[in-house]
Amino acid sequence: MLIGKVVGSVVATRKDEKLENQKLLLVQVHDHNNVPKDQYVVAVDAVGAGMEEMVLYATGSSARQTSLTENRPCDAVIMAVVDSWDLGGENVYEKWAT
Amino acid sequence: MYLARVIGRVVATTRSPGLEGVPLQWIQPLDERGEGMGDTLVAAAAISSGPGDLVHFVDGREGALACPEPFVPVDAAILGFVEEAAVGAKDLADLEHRPAEEGDSTAAREERSHRPRRG
Repeated sequence: MLIGKVVGSVVATRKDEKLENQKLLLVQVHDHNNVPKDQYVVAVDAVGAGMEEMVLYATGSSARQTSLTENRPCDAVIMAVVDSWDLGGENVYEKWAT
Repeated sequence: MYLARVIGRVVATTRSPGLEGVPLQWIQPLDERGEGMGDTLVAAAAISSGPGDLVHFVDGREGALACPEPFVPVDAAILGFVEEAAVGAKDLADLEHRPAEEGDSTAAREERSHRPRRG
């Protein structure tokens, strides 16, 4: 899985019928030091993520292993909302930091 | 499967159903010299690994099979600890004690200095 920030939503009226009622979000990938990369992915939201939130997403056939995306043409799914992470005990990202 | 070093832990309360209680950890894949290879990623841990541990992991859909509930959106999973990984006469499991070598790239040296000590 990779971590990214939700930077936008994607609206597509004409799409495969199996993708109807799926919330599509645009995610900018961040590295482990929380530095944004020049890498974006459109992912189905399976957890109710919001704008600007840091999320974890899974790619490939694993992305179809949710009740929302099973047997649907989807190769990226947001499967968790990140609260915080640390590297070797040192906090790098904290969602609720003031 | 690949070799990797666990470098950090991720906290995520809101998760896809079936992933409750599964530890999520940052890992750095390693090459045959024990140097960082490619980008870091987050993996579900099937073992009680922690920062500094040398582990092996699987990527792709098979990663979900290592989780308690196999129908989960997991594409990378830590499967086990590596006690010994020999390349020639060199044991990769002992790399954190290795001093920087001449000719090492700055990036590799930096990567190593960020690598947490083994707990």
